[in-house]
Amino acid sequence: MFEVALTIYFATLAVAATLAIARIVVAESIPDRILGLDLLVVISLMGIAGDATRRDGDVFLDVLVVTSLIGFLATVAVARFIERRGSR
Amino acid sequence: MTEVVSSVLLVTGGLLALLSAVGLHRFRDAIARSHAAGKAAPLGATFVAVAASLQIAELDSTFKMVVALALLLITFPTGVHMVVRAAYRSGTELNQEIEVDELGDALRALDDEGG
Repeated sequence: MFEVALTIYFATLAVAATLAIARIVVAESIPDRILGLDLLVVISLMGIAGDATRRDGDVFLDVLVVTSLIGFLATVAVARFIERRGSR
Repeated sequence: MTEVVSSVLLVTGGLLALLSAVGLHRFRDAIARSHAAGKAAPLGATFVAVAASLQIAELDSTFKMVVALALLLITFPTGVHMVVRAAYRSGTELNQEIEVDELGDALRALDDEGG
């Protein structure tokens, strides 16, 4: 039961990640690309959480915390860059 | 019973992530797209964190999951908001049907005061 749900879940995440990467490739401005990259970070976090259920959750939950903080730092850095340089 | 609940929550979270990715393609300008990315994805991550906590069912793992989820829910909308503010201020192109621009009016009023 739960294994079937995990399979469906990972397939859905794969499709979502593909769409996010397509958004990054075909974007008309830098903010669009950052939104796609942000969504990709969240999808990675969700994948790590789903994988942790299979391993009974050991080290990978620490990876969750660190990854979300690094993603926030990168987003803020690029937002500062846009404010200074324009969004072309 | 726990297995059924966690399975339903897990699949719902995955579908919310997929909806968020579809919304990135469907809306018309960057500011509208930010709503798709910034609201549906944290909700899906919340569902997945609850499902994983139910499935693992250990106190250590649940506590780590709560900390990670709290950090995500605080930082992710903040980051999206900063990106959209930077996009507006650097003059990204908006949808042409938008007529009311209160932030632009307020910024222009500030400039007229010489502040």
